[in-house]
Amino acid sequence: MSKTAALELKKVSKRFGSVVANHQVDLTVYQGEILSVLGENGSGKTTLMNMIAGIYYPDDGQIFVDGKEAVIRSPKDAFDYKIGMIHQHFKLVDVFTATENIVLGLREEKGFDLKKSAARIREISEKYGFEIDPDKKIYQMSVSEKQTVEIIKVLYRGADILILDEPTAVLTPQETQKLFAVLRRMRDDGKAIIIITHKLHEVLALSDRVSVLRKGESIGTVITAETNEAQLTEMMVGKKISLNIDRSEPKNLTDRLVVRNINCSSRDGVKLLDNVTFTARSGEILGIAGIAGSGQRELLESIAGLQHVDSGEILYYDPKTGAEENLRDKTPLQIREMGVRLSFVPEDRLGMGLVGNMDIAENMMLRSYRRGKSIFLEKKQPRTLAEEIIKQLEVVTPSVNTPVRRLSGGNVQKVLVGREISSSPSVLMAAYPVRGLDINSSYLIYKLLNEQKENGVAVIFVGEDLDVLLELCDRILVIGAGRVTGIVDARTATKEEIGLLMTKTEGGEAHG
Amino acid sequence: MFDTIALVIQRAVVQGIPLLYGSTGEILTEKSGNLNLGIPGIMYVGGVSGVIGAFFYERSTETPSSFLLVLIPLLTSLFGSGIMALIYSFLTITLRANQNVTGLTLTIFGTGFGNFFGGSMANLFGEGGSLALTETSLAFQTSFPFADRLGSIGTIFFSYGFMAYMAIIVALIAAFVLKKTRVGLQLRAVGENPATADAAGINVTRYKYVATVVGGMIAGLGGLYFIMDYTSGVWTNGGFGDRGWLAIALVIFALWKPNVSVLGSILFGGLYIVYLFIPGLERSTQELFKMLPYVVTILVLIIVSMRKKREYQPPEHLGLSYFREER
Repeated sequence: MSKTAALELKKVSKRFGSVVANHQVDLTVYQGEILSVLGENGSGKTTLMNMIAGIYYPDDGQIFVDGKEAVIRSPKDAFDYKIGMIHQHFKLVDVFTATENIVLGLREEKGFDLKKSAARIREISEKYGFEIDPDKKIYQMSVSEKQTVEIIKVLYRGADILILDEPTAVLTPQETQKLFAVLRRMRDDGKAIIIITHKLHEVLALSDRVSVLRKGESIGTVITAETNEAQLTEMMVGKKISLNIDRSEPKNLTDRLVVRNINCSSRDGVKLLDNVTFTARSGEILGIAGIAGSGQRELLESIAGLQHVDSGEILYYDPKTGAEENLRDKTPLQIREMGVRLSFVPEDRLGMGLVGNMDIAENMMLRSYRRGKSIFLEKKQPRTLAEEIIKQLEVVTPSVNTPVRRLSGGNVQKVLVGREISSSPSVLMAAYPVRGLDINSSYLIYKLLNEQKENGVAVIFVGEDLDVLLELCDRILVIGAGRVTGIVDARTATKEEIGLLMTKTEGGEAHG
Repeated sequence: MFDTIALVIQRAVVQGIPLLYGSTGEILTEKSGNLNLGIPGIMYVGGVSGVIGAFFYERSTETPSSFLLVLIPLLTSLFGSGIMALIYSFLTITLRANQNVTGLTLTIFGTGFGNFFGGSMANLFGEGGSLALTETSLAFQTSFPFADRLGSIGTIFFSYGFMAYMAIIVALIAAFVLKKTRVGLQLRAVGENPATADAAGINVTRYKYVATVVGGMIAGLGGLYFIMDYTSGVWTNGGFGDRGWLAIALVIFALWKPNVSVLGSILFGGLYIVYLFIPGLERSTQELFKMLPYVVTILVLIIVSMRKKREYQPPEHLGLSYFREER
């Protein structure tokens, strides 16, 4: 191609300590095109983009903007080269308005005038079709509104090269379509757009070309129209893997957990759960789908006894005796003893299940220390258990004595899920257990959940990837703004159907 | 009756001024995300540095000019508290030491530093164990000449030394800068979310340093005012008391707004001395009344946390270090 590239990377490398995040990566993007950067989690996509945006400085290699070598040492330098990045985790100040966030860090010659800036923001919004109120505070906005602010922020700075890091991760299918329309409009306006993603169908739907990264190295670039899902997967993962999750037919279905009309509200009186009713049966996986923050966490915590329930009942049927118990009257400890296990994996991974500074064996003991008979800690059993989990789940760790904090995200999750499974639960709840894991580790987790299901455990799985939910679960409960908007059969439902249910809520306050 | 009220107000203002300096300085510091608990120590150092400067100038000349009598203590005070704030900045911003530990250490150090040098000088050169900088203090205490002629109005509004008016002006300027200017917006962004500020191209380290050092210097002026104006240039060990902590409480009371803290400081000053105007108090019961400012602060904390408005919360990243490449 004879035209000059808007942005070109040549043999760029970056290391963090002994970890090589990027090794001699090449990348080219032209004006008026959308380039997808595809790769698994941990393949170095975000690090690479952060080097373009000036967050990190490359150890090695060159970056060219419009054919001239560029030195990008800080985000400010990146702006000067008209490069703008929309981060996966929004970089916004919550107590500021949209306008204040957008002009933050700018040095406009006209002086500091928020009213004029707001007018220009409205102008940009009209041009590309955004819907935004410049005077609204960020903390009052929905996720997609925040993303809009981020995009306008870089456009306001006159960016010609836009980088979007996993922009659809937090959006509903409908919002995603809207975003894609905007991106296409920007491409037609002559902007160069890079979108980081690991969702194949989005790559195929949106981009003109695809660059694939694997383990920090560039594998190649292909034209989207000339490729297909299988080829891209192979490039991404290295070997052909079956995208199918083994799903057995549920056996011996019996009601294990019946949740009836439960209501929950936050300290400010906002309803978090609104008349939620469902049944979890042994021998099946019940999926829970919904936009992040729609009440999934509260639902699981209510069952585990960690969340105060205003009204309604949670009935548990003991697998051995068949006795009926109301979990609402029980303490979290009693609920655990009954075999209800919550392997809750919150956003920061370590949050609720593990203690970062303690080693794997000690983390095992968090569940068993009460069983000790003497006043001294019984360390042998947890140690054996830890070693077993490390072996079975292929946890990569220097030793059992390594603090959990130092393990990578995937390995932390394996430790957590492994511990909860080891106690042979009767109900297993897992929230986002594969978040941040690479494909192989994810499949290992799916396999574990499937095994539990076959053992007659009632599994409740909160996930975010609809494809996975559809392939893994037997039934899917869709939750929107704290309300059950539908329960569908995962074998027959479609993604669009679920997407519609996810957004089936009145009023816009649900996202918070 | 009216004269008594005027007198109460006047004394409340005089009590409030050191607090106002302290809280204005601490608000600037906290807006950059640094919780500087060294403020009480810094105010001590600000005071004693001024004393040292004034003492040597008074001794060096027979005919001191009132301009230099003011300027020299002012500069030495700014220098002393600036160095203290710089130590804090270096430890917490560059070395990323724990802010609480660093701040508390500086307070202990600053109090000791003040008592050691102030006390030594009083012992060596003072009469009867206390050091009186009469001429300097007269220069600092000069108020409007027409104050006496205006009765109560004069007492309430015009009877103070120049540093009292300066405190209010500094607080109002700080409020304006924080609210209305680009620098203020960027400073607040640094304190709320340094990663965002960094990504927006703001030099986080520089903002933190400048805000903390300038904040420390402003707070130090509170110590200087206390010595030169309030106690008429007499240094006594421990005389400054717990005013530094009160200044930090005032920050919370004022909800991180320097303009609110102007009124807050007068209220706190009033509450601090209200025991003097209540008859029949013993020494022990006085202490109960001295608690009042803290009680009010706790009440404000409770009310604010009940209202749960995001704008009333402290800067989100307050007390945490920022490290760009942390993943």
